Amino acid sequence: MKKFSLSLSAVMLTLLLLCPSLLPASGKPLRVAIIAPSAQNDLAFTQSIVDGIKAIQKDREIDLAITDGTFVVEDAAAAIRDYAKKGYDLVIAHGSQYGGSLKEIAPDFPDIAFAWGTAADTFGLPNVSSYEAASDEGGYVMGVMAAAMSKKGGVGVVGPIEVGDAKLYVDGFVQGAKAQNSKIRAKVNYIGSFSDVALAAEAARAHIAAGADVLTGTAQMVVGAIGAARSKRVAWFGTQANQTELAPEIVVASQVYKWEVILKQILADMDNGVKGGKMYDINLANNGIVIKFNDAYKLAPGVKEAGMKAIAGIKDGSIKTGHK
Amino acid sequence: MGSLVVPSPFLFRFQVKTIKTKSFVGLLIPLCAVLLALALGAVMLLSLGANPISGYATMFGAAFGSVEGFSETAVKSIPLLLVGAGICIAFRANVINIGGEGQMVMGALLSTSVALTFPSVPSLLLIPMVLLAGAIGGAFWGAIAGALKAYFNVSEILSTIMLNIVAVQFMNFLLRGVMIDPGEVARGTGIPQTMRLTENADLPILLEGMRMHLGVPIALFVAFGAYILLWRTAMGFRLRSVGYNPHASRYAGISVPKNVTAALAFSGAMAGIAGAILVFGSESHRMVTDGGSTGFTGSAGFNGIVVALLAGLHPLWSIPSALLFGGMLVGANALQRAAQVPSALIIALNGLIVVFVVSSEYFKQRSLYAGQVDLADDESTETEGEDNE
Amino acid sequence: MSDSFAVMIVVATIASGIRLATPFLLASLGEALGQRSGVLNLGVDGVMLLGAFGAYYTVLQTSNPYYGLLVGISIGLLIGLFYGFITLNLRAEQGVSGIGIYLFGLGMSDLFFQKFVGTPRPILPFMPLDIPVLSGLPVVGEMLFQHSIIVYIAFGLVPLMSFVLHRTTYGLNIRAIGENPEAADSLGVSVMATRYSAIIIGNGLAGLAGAALAIELGIFQQNLTNAMGFIAIALVYFGAWSPKGVMIGSLVFGMVQSIVLQCKTFGVIPRSASDLAAMAPAVITILALVIVAKRFKQPSALTKPYVRGG
Repeated sequence: MKKFSLSLSAVMLTLLLLCPSLLPASGKPLRVAIIAPSAQNDLAFTQSIVDGIKAIQKDREIDLAITDGTFVVEDAAAAIRDYAKKGYDLVIAHGSQYGGSLKEIAPDFPDIAFAWGTAADTFGLPNVSSYEAASDEGGYVMGVMAAAMSKKGGVGVVGPIEVGDAKLYVDGFVQGAKAQNSKIRAKVNYIGSFSDVALAAEAARAHIAAGADVLTGTAQMVVGAIGAARSKRVAWFGTQANQTELAPEIVVASQVYKWEVILKQILADMDNGVKGGKMYDINLANNGIVIKFNDAYKLAPGVKEAGMKAIAGIKDGSIKTGHK
Repeated sequence: MGSLVVPSPFLFRFQVKTIKTKSFVGLLIPLCAVLLALALGAVMLLSLGANPISGYATMFGAAFGSVEGFSETAVKSIPLLLVGAGICIAFRANVINIGGEGQMVMGALLSTSVALTFPSVPSLLLIPMVLLAGAIGGAFWGAIAGALKAYFNVSEILSTIMLNIVAVQFMNFLLRGVMIDPGEVARGTGIPQTMRLTENADLPILLEGMRMHLGVPIALFVAFGAYILLWRTAMGFRLRSVGYNPHASRYAGISVPKNVTAALAFSGAMAGIAGAILVFGSESHRMVTDGGSTGFTGSAGFNGIVVALLAGLHPLWSIPSALLFGGMLVGANALQRAAQVPSALIIALNGLIVVFVVSSEYFKQRSLYAGQVDLADDESTETEGEDNE
Repeated sequence: MSDSFAVMIVVATIASGIRLATPFLLASLGEALGQRSGVLNLGVDGVMLLGAFGAYYTVLQTSNPYYGLLVGISIGLLIGLFYGFITLNLRAEQGVSGIGIYLFGLGMSDLFFQKFVGTPRPILPFMPLDIPVLSGLPVVGEMLFQHSIIVYIAFGLVPLMSFVLHRTTYGLNIRAIGENPEAADSLGVSVMATRYSAIIIGNGLAGLAGAALAIELGIFQQNLTNAMGFIAIALVYFGAWSPKGVMIGSLVFGMVQSIVLQCKTFGVIPRSASDLAAMAPAVITILALVIVAKRFKQPSALTKPYVRGG
């Protein structure tokens, strides 16, 4: 028996040495590049994907390259091409505006895996995956809670431009608020810019003057609205990142994007030789979206329960939030 | 010295000068300025833990070190050259055009609409059509500012800056509204972009495997055209005359309002062509917005001003000026990737280079024309009294 | 009930317009001063951003917004010194150097922010001032007299600058060297020194504008000013280089922004038109100038000989 197991081990060892592909795929570090339009510490869009990869780096060796602040689309295209040429295993184009360019670049590099977000289109290419956040789901939950806690019966939303992820979130929020209280005054203000912080602050104040006592908003300029809400002691619901630190006195909860949930899937698919062609989605059901409550904020009874009920409803499909 | 022309009561005038680069010193001094800026940049790189030597090596290599790099630089220079040549025309007519961004956007929008409306027109016809549409869109936008100045005395600096804002919002309105890709609506993602525009409008690639496309010779052609316009046509003479001495021009029967409007129209037209080329020469062959203009233009509307001024407001000298500026931009992006530093450092570095280079003019003038700063004669045969001291 | 609600909204709108106008006003006053002396500064936005970061960082460390303002002003003064040097001594082309400073300020402020702060942390803005009698007034109180000190500084600078420009020798010198430096020079006015002072003060005000913005918003972010500096430059032309004109321009811009916000909040402007509405401040500023400028038909003094520097 001993002799048998010894020789078996010898054979296996020889095989392993001769056939490196039999070894688990986590041999050499995976090279991943991220191209994103804003700063990597913006506490919003770009930070979320960087945090996602960093969460995976705990379990897996990843060689990460980040090209941030690339709001010029042509420059992003050049960066995507460059990383692909350098042989990065996965190139993440984290910007909705990059899609058109990616569609033209990806076919030139069939051995490289590309991921595009936030979007829902892989162009029929085998090496492009797309990912999206069901921000309307979290928005719905926040809307429910906002309507539940509003004493004046008014909630306000400060948005950038009515496109993409912003639109999803805002529509979900309004839907949730109305579902909780059909008489709620849910006012939405798209200020027309992703970067005008001062205007966002005044938009928040305008909502407050019009009778809103719970506010929310999305995109990077929203820090201005949070500041205004803070000075008026008005409650705030956040999205894209945990915004509690920005105003601990007033932030009730934030919808946090946990991109690592789908990044893991993408990497697992890559390990199995699938470089793309799939669309991924983070949502409440797969815990890609989590609602992080601010523990320091004292909620009135019933509010959190209403939120949890909404979460459960979305997860089991009884509540449809309009996404897909 | 180096003042800006503005309607009274303040007398500024942009310095119209020719760069004499025949002299070795003439090239050496700006080069030293660049090196000095890069030295400061090296300090910043080191403080962030990056290697400046390898970073800068990558930077130069990416911009000018290979055919591919040079082709990237050439493509990047297209809008800089076009806007710059337009600025030469405007500033020489004493009209300060800060509206390049808006004019590029309007030119791009009009040319995109043409491509969306006539997708099956063959390339040979469609490409000139879209370029013409770009020129018209930009010219229209520039002419608004021109007419506001000529007939209503509204400072063109104010109107062009304000019109930039209007153009951006108009772009957002269209791209998320009627011009949006139907696929986006169907998918529910709502990305504000057009669909992939007809291939008939793709600017043909000139070098196999590279990104250099027809836009490069077009830009060179337009720049040359601007030169011809300014110094070989009666219109150009009138424009320069109005810029140099509007009262005398009026006595000579030259209509100042018409020429002011024309100057901004020409300038806008060139920016509009740049916008069209950006759309149809882009990787994506679509028009997409992120809410602002710079994601589309790469700030060429402003950088074109720098290019033109550094070229002494001469369209032909704008060619090397644009190439160098484009090289700086391409190189800086490559530096960001190589050194893995935030883009903020790159922007700051670009700013340093610009400041240092423009400040070094003084040393160049002093060494070239010891004591007396004299006029250097223009390429043109017309006497340019636009000298400086 | 709805009547007093309407009044409340009007009051809130006007107060909001004043707040929105304030940073434009500060930066624009500084630019106006510099241009009056004959120098253009296109780098205002960059100075604002550096002043904003400096103030933000200072308040983060010291929790004292007044120190923040001081730091912001100081940064502006320093940059003014540098800009004066390259413009007056090195005679660098002003349009170019301005854009260079803008790029530098844009990049460095963000770089400093990423390196020294990292994840954004909030700071506390100024408390609204409680002016003894005036703050308590029914309608006018909230509209005009419950603002933070920055607003009063900004609007207070308008008559101050007007006074300095028109009633002091210094102001006369500034206007003179802006109109005809040779003559001023021949009369013994030091063109260089006066221009230096105007540039330094002007940039100091730009730094103050940025500092005020960051402190009032309670945060810093890349490109916090969002090209506000360029609009401030445009407003100088709206105001024909006079402090009062600049104030009116800032108020026009700020008020229209505020009115558009209110209309959007109440659904008066439908969401489909939100971009068109966002154009309104720019369009109305142009229209306002059309109406005004026609009356003050400026002589096309493009005939005046150009400036001999320093």
